[in-house]
Amino acid sequence: MSEDVAVVGLGIHPFGRHPGVSGLEMAAQAVRAALADAGIGWEQVDFAAGGSDSAGNADTTVSVLGLTGVPFINVKNGCATGGSALTTAHAMLSAGSAETALVVGFDKHPPGAFNPLPEEWGIGSWYGETGLMLTTQFFAMKIQRYMGEHAISESTLAKVAAKAFENGSRNPNAWRRQALSEEEVLASKMVNDPLRQYMFCSPGEGAVALVLARGARIRELTAKPVYLRSVAFRTRRFGSFEVFSPSIPVETGPSPTAEAAAAAFEQAGIGPDDVDVAQLQDTESGAEVMHLAETGLCRHGEQEALIQSGATRIGGRLPVNTDGGCLACGEPIGASGLRQVHEVALQLRGDAGDHQIPGPARVGFTQVYGAPGVSACTVLST
Amino acid sequence: MLEQRDREPIAPDLIAGTAEAPVLLGSECRRCGTVAFPRQDACSRCTSTDVGERRLARRGTLWTWTVQRFRPKSPPYAGDEADEFEPYGVGYVELPGEVRVEARLTESDPARLRIGMEMELTLIPAPGRDDVVTFAFRPVEDQ
Repeated sequence: MSEDVAVVGLGIHPFGRHPGVSGLEMAAQAVRAALADAGIGWEQVDFAAGGSDSAGNADTTVSVLGLTGVPFINVKNGCATGGSALTTAHAMLSAGSAETALVVGFDKHPPGAFNPLPEEWGIGSWYGETGLMLTTQFFAMKIQRYMGEHAISESTLAKVAAKAFENGSRNPNAWRRQALSEEEVLASKMVNDPLRQYMFCSPGEGAVALVLARGARIRELTAKPVYLRSVAFRTRRFGSFEVFSPSIPVETGPSPTAEAAAAAFEQAGIGPDDVDVAQLQDTESGAEVMHLAETGLCRHGEQEALIQSGATRIGGRLPVNTDGGCLACGEPIGASGLRQVHEVALQLRGDAGDHQIPGPARVGFTQVYGAPGVSACTVLST
Repeated sequence: MLEQRDREPIAPDLIAGTAEAPVLLGSECRRCGTVAFPRQDACSRCTSTDVGERRLARRGTLWTWTVQRFRPKSPPYAGDEADEFEPYGVGYVELPGEVRVEARLTESDPARLRIGMEMELTLIPAPGRDDVVTFAFRPVEDQ
C-alpha cells in the first residue's frame, strides 16, 4: 500500500480577461499563492509538472520562481493538461520519487470560439474548409441526440447555465459574476441548436497551482489535508462519440469519461453515492447534463428531475460546479482541470466562502473532458 | 474521384460516383467488417491493417443535427468573409449497417429537421470556392 497523497496548498489567479498579464505571469502568481498556502518555499518542491495549451511552457516559470534545479515536466495535453500534470505528480509521489510536488495549469486565449486546424488533429483540410471543425457543433449534436433519447428539456439546459452564473456571482475568482435567470438564458441567441449563447463557456484566461505532498510530510504542512484518493485518465475507445469525428461507428462504446470515472471510483474505494460535491466539465450546459450520468453520479435520464429539483445547486443534495464551472469561470484550457480540484479542495476544507456548500463535505469528485476524446477524473476526500 | 464532373471534389479519395449520384469513399476492415469514413489505413476497432475501399450507401437516416449560426473562424473555414454568412445545417447521417457520417445538410431550418428522417447524399458548392464541390445530405422528401 503506497502512502497517502494530499493537496496541501492551493493557489489561483482569477479567471477572466487580464490585458497585459501573460499566461506565464498568471502561472507564477498562482504558484506563489499555492506555496504560501502550503507554507513552503519554491526550493522545497522536489517535483513539478504543468502546462498550457497556448500560453507557453510551464517550466519557464522557474526563471521567476528561482532556478532550483527541480525536475519539471511540461505537459501539453489539451483539456486534459491539468489532469495529466496531476496524474504525473500523483505517480511520482506514490512511487516515492518525490515528497512535495507542484502542479500548475494556465492559459490565455483570444476571444471567440477556438479555431483548431484539422491537420493538427489528423483530419483532412476539407473538414475545416467546409465548416465542420467546430467544437460547438459537436456539443450541440451530442446533446441534441441525448435530449431525444433521455427526455431532457430545454429548461433543464437553461437551469444548468443559470446555476453556473448564480455560483459564479458568489465566487471572487470567477469571470462571469452576474447571476442570470433561466428566462434570460433562454432569451439569449441560438448559437448551435439546441444550445444558446449563455449555455456556452468562452475561451478565457486564468491559472491554478496546487502543492501536493505524501506520507508524513502532509501533516507537517497542513492541518486540513485534502487527500487525492485517485486520479484516472483515459482516451477514447471505439464507438464513443467524440469531437472532430468525420464519422462515428454505428456501434456505441463507453465514453472516456465513463471509463475514467469508473476507474477513479474503483481506485479510491469510494462510490458515486458518497460524493458530496462534484466539479464536471461544463463546456456548455449539455455537457454537465451528460457528464452527470457518464460519471455515474446519476442514471441516464435522471438529470431532468435532479436539475429541475435544484439538487445540483449549492445547498442541494449533489452540488455541481460550485465555483461556477467553465460557464462562469471561462475556459483557459490548461487551467480548467486544476480549477476543479482547487474548488473541491476549498469545499472540503470549508474555505469556499460565499460559495461554500452548507452540508457535510467529506468526498469530492472532478471530471475534465476534452478533444479529441480525453477525460481525467479524481476522487478527493478529507 | 468523380467519374463525371464539371467541378472538382474538395479532396481526392473522398467522393466518387457521378455529379447526379455521388457516393462517399470509405473503408472496410477485412478482419472485423468495421466501416470507416474517410478511408482509413487501419481499423480503429480491431487495429487490423488489412483494410479495403468501400463505397458507402447514398441514403441513411438523420442521427443528430444542429445549425451553425455563426461564421466559423478562418482559417480553417474557407467561406468568403466578404459574403454575408448564411447559417447551415450539420448532422450525422447513419448509413444502415455501415457508419454515421458527419456532413453539411442542405436544410438549415430546425423546424424541418428531425432525428430519424431519411437523407440522401448530394453535392454542394464548397464554401468560398466556386470551382469545387463538397458532399452534403439532403432530406429525401425534398425531391
